[in-house]
Amino acid sequence: MNANTKPPAAAERPAKGLGKGLGKGIDREKLLLAVAAPVLALIATMVITAIVLLCSGKEPFGALRVMGTYLGYSDYQVNTLNQATTYYLGALAVAFGFRMKLFNIGVDGQYRIGAFFAAVAGGAVNLPAVLEIPMIMVVSMACAGLWAGIAGWLKVTRGVSEVITSIMLNAVAGSVIAYLLNPKRLALAVGNDVRTPKIPDSGHFFSFNLAGGQLWGFIIIAALVGIGFHLLLNRTRFGFDLRATGRSESAALASGVNVKRMVVVSMLVSGALAGLIGMPQLLNSSYQYSVDFPAGIGFTCIGIALVGRNNPVGIAFAALLFAFLDTVANPLQFNGYQVELVPVIEGTIVVCVVGTYEVVRRYGLRRQQSRVGEQLGRTGPTATDTAKGVAA
Amino acid sequence: MAATSLEGADAPQPRTAKAAPRAVGRLRPWQVMIALAALFVVISLARQLSGGTDLTSVGQWGGTLSFAMPIGLAGLGGLWAERAGVVNIGLEGMMVLGTFGGGYVAWHTHSAWLGLLAGIALGALGGLLHAYLTVTLGVDHIVSGVAINLLAPGFAAYLSKLAFTTPAATAQGGGQKQSPPVPGFSRITIPGLSSWLAHLDAHHWFLVSDLAGLIGGIVTGLSVITVLAVALLIGSYFVLWRTPFGLRLRSCGENPTAAESLGVNVYRYKYAAVLVSGGLAGLGGVFIAMVNSNFFLDGQTGGRGYIGLASMIFGNWRIGGLAAGAGLFGYTDSLQGRADTTSVHALLLIVAVLLIGLALWNGYRRRYLRAGIGLAIGALVVVWFTATKSLPAEFLVVTPHITTLLVMGLASQRLRMPKADGLVYRRGQGT
Amino acid sequence: MHAVVGENGAGKSTLMKILYGMQRPDEGTIAIDGEQVALHSPADAIARGIGMVHQHFMLADNLTVLENTTLGAEKLHGIGGRARARIQEISQAYGLGVRPDALVEDLGVADRQRVEILKVLYRGARTLILDEPTSVLVPQEVDALFDNLRGLKEEGLTVLFISHKLDEVLKVADAITVIRRGTTVAEVDPAGTTSRRLAELMVGSELPSPEASESTVTDTEVLAVRGLTLTEPDADGVARTVLDGISLTIHRGEVLGIAGVEGNGQAELVETIMGMRAADSGSVVLDGKDISGLLTRARREAGIGYIPEDRHRHGLLLEAPLWENRILGHVTEAPNSRRGILHPSAARQDTARIVAEYDVRTPGIEVTAASLSGGNQQKLIVGREMSGDPALLIAAHPTRGVDVGAQAQIWDAVRDARRRGLAVLLISADLDELIGLSDTLRVIYRGRIVADADPATVTSEELGSAMTGAAANGNERPEGDTP
Repeated sequence: MNANTKPPAAAERPAKGLGKGLGKGIDREKLLLAVAAPVLALIATMVITAIVLLCSGKEPFGALRVMGTYLGYSDYQVNTLNQATTYYLGALAVAFGFRMKLFNIGVDGQYRIGAFFAAVAGGAVNLPAVLEIPMIMVVSMACAGLWAGIAGWLKVTRGVSEVITSIMLNAVAGSVIAYLLNPKRLALAVGNDVRTPKIPDSGHFFSFNLAGGQLWGFIIIAALVGIGFHLLLNRTRFGFDLRATGRSESAALASGVNVKRMVVVSMLVSGALAGLIGMPQLLNSSYQYSVDFPAGIGFTCIGIALVGRNNPVGIAFAALLFAFLDTVANPLQFNGYQVELVPVIEGTIVVCVVGTYEVVRRYGLRRQQSRVGEQLGRTGPTATDTAKGVAA
Repeated sequence: MAATSLEGADAPQPRTAKAAPRAVGRLRPWQVMIALAALFVVISLARQLSGGTDLTSVGQWGGTLSFAMPIGLAGLGGLWAERAGVVNIGLEGMMVLGTFGGGYVAWHTHSAWLGLLAGIALGALGGLLHAYLTVTLGVDHIVSGVAINLLAPGFAAYLSKLAFTTPAATAQGGGQKQSPPVPGFSRITIPGLSSWLAHLDAHHWFLVSDLAGLIGGIVTGLSVITVLAVALLIGSYFVLWRTPFGLRLRSCGENPTAAESLGVNVYRYKYAAVLVSGGLAGLGGVFIAMVNSNFFLDGQTGGRGYIGLASMIFGNWRIGGLAAGAGLFGYTDSLQGRADTTSVHALLLIVAVLLIGLALWNGYRRRYLRAGIGLAIGALVVVWFTATKSLPAEFLVVTPHITTLLVMGLASQRLRMPKADGLVYRRGQGT
Repeated sequence: MHAVVGENGAGKSTLMKILYGMQRPDEGTIAIDGEQVALHSPADAIARGIGMVHQHFMLADNLTVLENTTLGAEKLHGIGGRARARIQEISQAYGLGVRPDALVEDLGVADRQRVEILKVLYRGARTLILDEPTSVLVPQEVDALFDNLRGLKEEGLTVLFISHKLDEVLKVADAITVIRRGTTVAEVDPAGTTSRRLAELMVGSELPSPEASESTVTDTEVLAVRGLTLTEPDADGVARTVLDGISLTIHRGEVLGIAGVEGNGQAELVETIMGMRAADSGSVVLDGKDISGLLTRARREAGIGYIPEDRHRHGLLLEAPLWENRILGHVTEAPNSRRGILHPSAARQDTARIVAEYDVRTPGIEVTAASLSGGNQQKLIVGREMSGDPALLIAAHPTRGVDVGAQAQIWDAVRDARRRGLAVLLISADLDELIGLSDTLRVIYRGRIVADADPATVTSEELGSAMTGAAANGNERPEGDTP
């Protein structure tokens, strides 16, 4: 354990604290139920993982011990935070769509398109840092946003489900990059490696020098995006419209929300957020886009958004959890477990969470209905009427 | 009073009947045959003009068949689930389970058929999970499917490392991400006929050689699993549209409340449909691992579950359309695997001819705007064809994906999915 | 033929669901032919010879009549030729006139109902339950239905008939049971009673009536709709005219009622005026300002309040707290937001005001809308739409599915607002409500205004007959309103 790792953890906290204090009259029970679901899911995951380990002849508590040990190492903490930064941004991108029941499954393709063109743009020009970094980010967000916009546009004009189109666009994105990432086109061949030109120093984002290693400064951007996400959704008209559309598209339409415009805008915003996924890696670590640029993050982020219940605070926890599991995969390997155990745990968490949330949500709704009925039964003059209405 | 009686006098169309013919989306068998024959002539012509001999070779058609099968099986799985009202985007994950189940059990037991059963069973297990989440718990279908697609590959990778890194497995060529070679299924080649057709094919005669290629592709090295898959396609049609079971199952996808009011146990039929769906996807996985290849490989499905789903939508939730979609995707998949750049390039010519044909049809139907756009794009493709010598290989890989996007963008309004598809249904909540 | 009558929410539908095995009773017994039975599912009920025709038809649109009929009863005659022959046989025996191979989505309402009856007969039911069978029919179709039912009775079948339309009940029933708040309050012989007496039994006290007081109509035009035409593609993609040159004018302090059988364009008219559907031609002018080109939100801002027909789908966010539902539809207006930023505390305060003013029975404003009863949900919607002083209120079936108390309160609210100068466009299937509340009546039929009526003189029967498109005894149209 190292005291130096504290500040970043604290830096994350403002984003989490904001969720509270907001709803003045929040029912204690509501809060309890909100916490109950992920806790139940985690317990279920542990049980299932233990069973999997037992079946494969491994000792389950050992794995937990390994995780506990490495949780205390500062270099693992830094790696976790760095990885969580990426995951957090991606999961916010996914959650933005999910909040209005828009399934942007194509985050994976979007961030790769964004990061690739951002890397090309960053490598091509050398501006002062105050311009270079925003320029790279804007290019990435714009390209990723437009890529997502194709799915939004097809949904609005042609009524095509965004689920299928965004999956197809993932594959197409891969081939567009493969085509352009070629020495004959936008890339350089350096030894065995094919990559885009390096981004100049002015395009390097700052890092915190900690005992555990380099903590990417992009974590601050991620926290700001999280706060912005929360404020936009909960404190603005746009956010209200978006949430209303997610809760009931028909009611939103009747209330005056321009649902088609919302679909396109949300898809663009979701894509633009996805454009940030590759930025920590690009601006804090690799400074170039090469064949080995991380792929597949988008799908993990869908899982994280689901586990975090599409809420910026929940997603922060989920991102930290998934990032920690990823970083602890290698130590598990040293200790006789397998790297592949991690995807199993992650997948199990997602499935369990999805199930328990639904069960808890329905339970909460039913419980509130019956409690309202009870309360009115005692106080209201036309108690029978109301109670019947609730029961029906 | 005068005004109202006037208003009442001119009675518009009767209240019950619609004048529209119901031909949209449903073609008669002879129309389909003519369309397919015309398409064949176009391909044949393109082959003749461009010299891209692989467009209609025995190998190309054989490849089409074997590439189309996993897609078709996944699509058929999607069809079963969606006809019962459950969207199954988890097909991809169930397919992955199928590849592992098939690979592992076939290797372990030295029996291809046991592997097949295991693949189906594991796929169905994925289906069971999807059914539990969506039907019993009422989770959103897409969310559940995505969760399964995250879970299944994780499990497959974990288990494959466990199973195929044992000394016994590595000695036979197994590894972290792949199984040792597994036994395959028997293949049917008609002696004499196959070689004669291959001989005919090699002459490159207009239509004759092309037809020889097509038939040769079917009768040369035909896997028994292909026969099984085709039987399943046809059988599914009879089960779903010609039996009481199928009627009940489809009623759950159209109006589950009505079905429940008539004593149909909606949950049970949805479970059955999603289980079958998972099993079919699992079989698709087995096909990839054990027919198109001879070992399990991590990530072997390559998104074919999604393509299968797309081919089902392409086929308007019908078996015939689904088969056509799978065939189309199988064709491009197969062509891209062949090293013949001329043939790949000739695809452009086919696309151009089809576009122009469609434009002419639109012109005949007096939809001049569409006709104009179609002609313009067709002309552009012709220019592209004449100006280049080959198509970038990177893009050929995604032909199915681009085709799906185009088809859905252009024809989505004509598609009709089951009315209650994708809606969460809770027992007893209908009025 | 036995009728069960009761007000909305009296428990009629619940009773029927229990009889049909869709719900289980907490206590009590059911006896069929003297034998006590326990019905656990519709299948049990069907096996006992009970058949149900639901108020909302239970038909799958994309299946044929044959498929809809044989579904769940495949064992009887298969799903092929034998079943088809049997359907034709029944259809002829009772004069139902059903074509087995037609797709249900191509059928009209009356035909669909006959398919429902056929489904029940096909299963060999001896007892038919009909839940509000006439609510979707015009009077002529009702007569045809009653003829069919009498035919069934002569064959020895038992018909259980649920309704709140007393004239009809008196016309056909051999015995009547009145229920109120879930209990039987009377068993009546139709020969010895009047509809007035029945109504009092149903309500339990003197009748609330939607009588409007003296006219408050002024000369100031609030809403002027001119030549509104809307075509929409149907399921086959064939364009169909849904609204055909609709013109109407509503003045300050005037309630204009639209009568018509459901599905004749009322919903489309409302949604076109609200901007939720795009008209092909015609104009909508509010307070002298042409709003035809505006989006729904801008139209609401211009001063339209909207009580939608289906409050669950269009009026509420069921899983959101009441105060968020207060914001719904009025997110751009004070006190809910300022310059794009939400103002939750002000919205909460205003929700509390609505809850108090409109007597919404709720333990608080943080509970979800789903936990309120239908009547209280509707009162919340009415309160919300009246906030911000709209110039025009569009009320589609404002008292559908609410209890008697809430109904009276909603009527009062509409009358109050009208006195203050509100213009109201009222759509309702309840002809008494229409006649009682409206200052002016229009009849819509197949997307056209086919007749006008004066609510002071017209009777339900005359109105009903105009709604069939016969239009023989409608009243004259005022000049200047003709397109």
